Amino acid sequence: MEAIRTENLVKKYKDKTAVKGLDLTVHQGELYALLGVNGAGKSTTIKMLSCLTQPTSGDAFVMGHSVVKEADQVKAIMNVSPQETAVAAKLSVRENLEFIARIYGCDKKQAREKTDQILEEFSMQEIEKSRAATLSGGWQRRLSIAMALITQPQVLFLDEPTLGLDVLARRELWSVIEKLKGKMTIILTTHYLEEAESLSDRIGIMAKGVLCAEGTAAELKAKAGCDDFEEAFIKLAEEVNSNIR
Amino acid sequence: MRMLTFASRNTKEILRDILTLIFGIAFPIVLLVLLSMINKSIPQGYGPDLFQIEKLTPGITVFGLSFLSLFSSMLIAKDRTTSFVLRLFTSPLKPSDFILGYTLPMIPMAIIQSVICYLAAMIFGLEFSANIFLAVAVNIPIALVFIALGLLFGTILSEKAVGGVCGALLTNLSAWFSNIWFDTAMVGGAFKKVADCLPFSHAVAAARAAAAGDYSAIMPDLWWVIGYAVVLLVAAIAVFSVKLKKH
Repeated sequence: MEAIRTENLVKKYKDKTAVKGLDLTVHQGELYALLGVNGAGKSTTIKMLSCLTQPTSGDAFVMGHSVVKEADQVKAIMNVSPQETAVAAKLSVRENLEFIARIYGCDKKQAREKTDQILEEFSMQEIEKSRAATLSGGWQRRLSIAMALITQPQVLFLDEPTLGLDVLARRELWSVIEKLKGKMTIILTTHYLEEAESLSDRIGIMAKGVLCAEGTAAELKAKAGCDDFEEAFIKLAEEVNSNIR
Repeated sequence: MRMLTFASRNTKEILRDILTLIFGIAFPIVLLVLLSMINKSIPQGYGPDLFQIEKLTPGITVFGLSFLSLFSSMLIAKDRTTSFVLRLFTSPLKPSDFILGYTLPMIPMAIIQSVICYLAAMIFGLEFSANIFLAVAVNIPIALVFIALGLLFGTILSEKAVGGVCGALLTNLSAWFSNIWFDTAMVGGAFKKVADCLPFSHAVAAARAAAAGDYSAIMPDLWWVIGYAVVLLVAAIAVFSVKLKKH
């Protein structure tokens, strides 16, 4: 079943078209990485899919709900872990988690139970009383992802989840993301190509607002005729750039 | 329910900031204590009438409320400049939840702030009367003016700019045009006309009338304040909603 389907999705900002007629399908339970250089249109695509911005034309469906006409239903079933760490600085780890659970409709008891569960899953019991602002970058990011997961979303958007983290913290988060695979549909955007290659079921490469290639990491390497994924990415993205130029 | 959860989060964020305690409670009380002490050391009849504890206290409570703009605007601007707002905007929270969630926590704070000021003033000679409760109630629409200004500035300005505008400019302007520290009639001219058009001097006059039990004098000034509160709240809601859509 399709978790996400976009139909000729377009986003224009004044005289600039950020996304040009995107047709994309992501299957339920899939981890789909959206890659592209800066300005490729991936962030705008995520913004439209997560109801942060309205498409100029076209539509997208998240678990069958239109982001244009049924934004409330879409918001209820998805969650986002934004690019930068998105935590309430002066709240404790537990308070942050309970806060998110409750704004998604849980009562006090449910919020407490869900928080207990996620604290355990993310090994955060020892820091549950610490204020978010006092945590290291890695732990803040971990909390940020836990806040997105506590609502048990059917679709999760992970926007650059490991940006700015050291190698160890990044690897720890990779293992967290690995464990989520199959439990929900995940759309991952990243600049770290090895992250996309290692974690994703399928990868879409965007350039100049269009989806220029799509497939598994192996399929994309074969398509580009390269053994190295980074080389394949550059080749596929540049093909679009030269065609549009 | 969602709105109350959001309001509770905002209350915690504000109360856990040391600036809230310093500016919201300590600073107005320090001013009250200092001015009362100065006034006591001046022979009776020679000190400024405005610094008599009966007139000073309602004025100081209004001055203290001006810091609500700083607290609310700082919180909104901080939320806006971090990714936390993206998390909130992609959640099921509605624009009305945001506005009420940012506004409601400020009202009990305003009441507590005013009550503490009146209690402190009693130590310095203010006589207890039931009118104090009325004066605290009159401070609620005044608080709404400052909260709405905070919502408005927090929505349109950056975190850095908001500190200057609400922390320095607004508190000073509201103090100059309020008749708390000096009588604007003594300056006269355009200054007095501007003071009469702004809500601050009316707020102080209504609070003083309430505290003094001069009931008939409350509403003419309080209407000004209520009018400003309504207009500013509507403007804040409109600007916030536009910003939300633009995001």
